[in-house]
Amino acid sequence: MFKRDQWEEIIYTISKNKLRTALSGFTIALGVFIFVVLFGFGNGLKNGFSNFFMNDNDIRVMRIFPTKTFIPYRGLKSQRQIRFENEDLKIIEENFGDYIDGISPRLNRNFLAIYKNQSNNFGVRGVSPEYIKIEKIGILSGRFLNQNDINGSYKHAVIGNLIKQELFKSENPINKFVILNGTPFKVIGVFEDVDGDNEEKTFYVPYTSIQSIEKNNDKLGTLLISVKENISYSSAILLGERIVKLLKRKYLIHPKDRGGIFLRKISDELNERNQFATALQIIVSFVGLGTLLAGIIGVSNIMVFIVKERTKELGIKIAIGATPSNILNSILQESIFITTISGLTGLLFGVICLELIGNSLSESFYIINPYIKFSTAIIATIVLIILGSFAGFLPARQATKIKPIEAINGN
Amino acid sequence: MIKLSNIQKSYKLGKNSLHVLKGINLEIKEGEMVAIMGSSGSGKSTLLNILGILDSQDSGTYFLDSQEIKNLDETKAANYRNKFLGFVFQSFNLISYKTAIQNVALPLQFQKINRKSRQKRAKEFLGMVGLAEWSTHHPNELSGGQKQRVAIARALVTQPRVLLADEPTGALDSKTSYELMELLQKINDSGETIIIVTHEEDIASMCKRIVNLKDGKIVEDKHIKQKLASEYV
Repeated sequence: MFKRDQWEEIIYTISKNKLRTALSGFTIALGVFIFVVLFGFGNGLKNGFSNFFMNDNDIRVMRIFPTKTFIPYRGLKSQRQIRFENEDLKIIEENFGDYIDGISPRLNRNFLAIYKNQSNNFGVRGVSPEYIKIEKIGILSGRFLNQNDINGSYKHAVIGNLIKQELFKSENPINKFVILNGTPFKVIGVFEDVDGDNEEKTFYVPYTSIQSIEKNNDKLGTLLISVKENISYSSAILLGERIVKLLKRKYLIHPKDRGGIFLRKISDELNERNQFATALQIIVSFVGLGTLLAGIIGVSNIMVFIVKERTKELGIKIAIGATPSNILNSILQESIFITTISGLTGLLFGVICLELIGNSLSESFYIINPYIKFSTAIIATIVLIILGSFAGFLPARQATKIKPIEAINGN
Repeated sequence: MIKLSNIQKSYKLGKNSLHVLKGINLEIKEGEMVAIMGSSGSGKSTLLNILGILDSQDSGTYFLDSQEIKNLDETKAANYRNKFLGFVFQSFNLISYKTAIQNVALPLQFQKINRKSRQKRAKEFLGMVGLAEWSTHHPNELSGGQKQRVAIARALVTQPRVLLADEPTGALDSKTSYELMELLQKINDSGETIIIVTHEEDIASMCKRIVNLKDGKIVEDKHIKQKLASEYV
């Protein structure tokens, strides 16, 4: 398709028509440049928002809540409140251990905490040692709960950094006793939580210790299960369904009952958290498509202009024997050449621009690490080239219909 | 070489149609040098367009080199033009950004002839019109007469059966005109069929035959004794 003659022709026309070439090239380069930069900004915004709202650990955690049944089943009436028991942990662990990174119950309580003359109400969570795999908590001093604490129902507590500041001030809280709901608990560790202040106003205690101070039962609250990292979302959803099925069988809940056990799936979490990001992505794509469209219309306009300007020359060529396909090819090839070069230039400048901006906008505009996937950029450029050529096709087709004598005499 | 029988052509102008050619019968033999004369509106340009396969007749038949010219698609018409016909225009119509030799070589490019032989042939024909030394000049560096010579070289480079010239001297002063006619006579003497559309009596008198057109009809068709342009120069 591209022979030396045609290259020569293209180079000639371009070098003899610098303004025209520069104009059309600029339109296209600008289109691609704006697309790349905007798309990059969009991704940067997405990054910014995910940093705010997303917690990688949370995504892999599914929650199972016991609720009331809706359907009577096997002689049991509806509106029966389900409560999980300690052995459920073992059952799930035994059946699905290969997929599970950590499992922990969570018994949420709100207790009055007293240390010396300081006191306040704080959240108390009865959890297992594996809870540390579920929540993003970092131990600042001491240690987290271990299996011994669970087995012995020890009154041990790991306290949030803010509790330490409020109750213990500058004192070292480790091995001190704090009274929770009238029972003394020994502080064994201090933690911080990246999720913020509220989380740091929490006591973590062995779930068995809460059970023992509350009539010594073995009831659990919510079950939190963190899925292994190599498990895909779809298999994680399947896993959740299988766990629910198992529990429903155990607690004699009708398989079709939507009550009894409520599973907050991984995908639910993901969906909710991703919705905002998706909305952003849609806006960004829309803007990007608009820019590309404008670029294509620009190419089309310039092609009309080119054909108009070259009417006489094309008329001469037709008179001395250029076929319609000669004319069509020469115009299209020139436009493809200009579009490709300018498109790639715009792409290059856009990428460089994003690189230069980097994280400089993260403080004031929440644009973090703006980027465009190489493949996205290349595809956008190719689409522009193809559609640009397609848009140029109609004016080029028009050019082949030029009546030579009229073109020549019409000046 | 050329045989036109009862060629009719009309153009639609809104609701009215303008009958431009009202039955043209014309036969031109190989090696003739014919002047087609007529005032503006006589239909001579339309006739030239039809002869040049740039337009098609409504009815009647046109044989070019015993080939009937009828219902050609654009590609075929372009190939016929390229192979059978050479065009020379009043306003030269060289491509401004190409050098003289590139202009001459252009029709050969459409025949897909390779570069080397294109260059060779173009050089040869530029030499024939006396412009071998000007081959690398662009049209704007050439005088009117030189431009028209380049245009003639370009028209002849494909060795067409017929050379069609539309007012070839219209933009030239009389001295240059006669020089150009001398060249055309020389080309004609070598056997080339030439048709010249002109409204200038002295140019027509340098041809071998004059066809007079009026209101879309041939009103006069006479063979004359050719005046040699070299006598005027």
